[in-house]
Amino acid sequence: MLQKRHYVALGVIVLITLVLLKLPGRTAAQIKMAISGLFIPLFGVAGSAGQMAEQAGQAILPRKELLRQNRELRREIEEARLRLMQAEEIARENARLRQQLGMPRQYPWMSIKPARVIARDPANWWRTLRIDRGLRDGVKPNCAVFTAEGLVGRVSESSYTQAQVVLLGDPDCRVSAIIEETREAGVVAPSSSSPLDNIIVDLTHISRNAVLRAGQRVVTSGYGGVFPKGILIGHIVDYRSVGYGLYNEARVRVAVRMNALEEVWVKLPDPEPVK
Amino acid sequence: MSAFNTITILTVAFLVVFLQSSADWLRAWIGVQPDLLPSLMVYAGLSSGLPTLMALALAGGLLADSLSANPPGVTILPLFLTGLAIERYRSLILRDQLYAQLVLGLAASAGVPLLTLLLLLNTEPKPLLSWFSLWQWGIMATLGASVTPLWFSLFDRLNTALNYRRVEDATFRPDREIKRGRA
Repeated sequence: MLQKRHYVALGVIVLITLVLLKLPGRTAAQIKMAISGLFIPLFGVAGSAGQMAEQAGQAILPRKELLRQNRELRREIEEARLRLMQAEEIARENARLRQQLGMPRQYPWMSIKPARVIARDPANWWRTLRIDRGLRDGVKPNCAVFTAEGLVGRVSESSYTQAQVVLLGDPDCRVSAIIEETREAGVVAPSSSSPLDNIIVDLTHISRNAVLRAGQRVVTSGYGGVFPKGILIGHIVDYRSVGYGLYNEARVRVAVRMNALEEVWVKLPDPEPVK
Repeated sequence: MSAFNTITILTVAFLVVFLQSSADWLRAWIGVQPDLLPSLMVYAGLSSGLPTLMALALAGGLLADSLSANPPGVTILPLFLTGLAIERYRSLILRDQLYAQLVLGLAASAGVPLLTLLLLLNTEPKPLLSWFSLWQWGIMATLGASVTPLWFSLFDRLNTALNYRRVEDATFRPDREIKRGRA
């Protein structure tokens, strides 16, 4: 049988657990961020060690290879500059036409910041990761996170120096999306068939009359204001009718390789307009 | 046990949580991230008192939850219940036997995630679960079991290397001394 001291210890632990579980969301997030701050020195050391290993690898790269990479990067910059010129011209034309039609002007989201992935969720039942940018850098909850390949997720919690990102496919990250070709809207949610597979998500609540095909591009719709419009989410793999034919649901292969994420971009909140 | 043992256990728990969140190669390879805190709790339950168990459950649980999307504190109770059960019956457990260490490690590494999930299913949002979770559960239990004997070996070495050794009672007894020569 348990002795009195066992009961007392169990009572204390149960009480602490209940108090912690009943904390308001904001307080719980602050406590978690404060505790996770204890790991900052270790993450720093791990990051520095990784960088040193990378630099050591770069140091032994032959000059010929470096010159080849340099040429390739110069060519890519040239190409990007030409595309930028073209895009700027299209943007100007778009703004002019919008003005003529009396539609409000669209502002490009320029305030983005690179971040390094420093940790992943130790639990197997969530899809989150941690980045080395926080409130100090302007990263706040609900900032969109993406890479050049596509959408990664959104910031869920943010402390002074780091932030937690919920990835696409986590139950806490639902994204309003459209199929680029047909403009049909839906909601990206965790995959119902394989929720732990981090390359597949579901695009649900698509109209039953929607024309769906494998390979169609799914992008963010911009509805809700969290995710900017037009960021690639993935490509449709297959689809089915659900809810007794009320709507369609498609499986989407995510564009970003979530397992291989090392660096991401965070879209910072737009500055308040000056009145 | 000494405060040294408690501090060592807590330090190792801190490092274990850090490694679980920063070393991701096993998850990328087989889709499972092992949880080593339950096996550490097995060692603590067999070698330490209640205050150490409470400290490990509180610190380990909060540290693990802080780097996860778990609500803070959800891992504390499962860890403590495991340690409490082992501590309660440790006089009946052959602590030094490899078989006992493996079985306890297996049971603890299987039980803690189950109890945690039970608590999580009563909160929002619900965790991601599928048939693949059974595979993850099996691998977590197996890896936890195989790591448990390593904790015993590691802590025994640390105690031998860094801790003061207990002075054994001398066999010399003054009252049994044979006096030679003249009185």
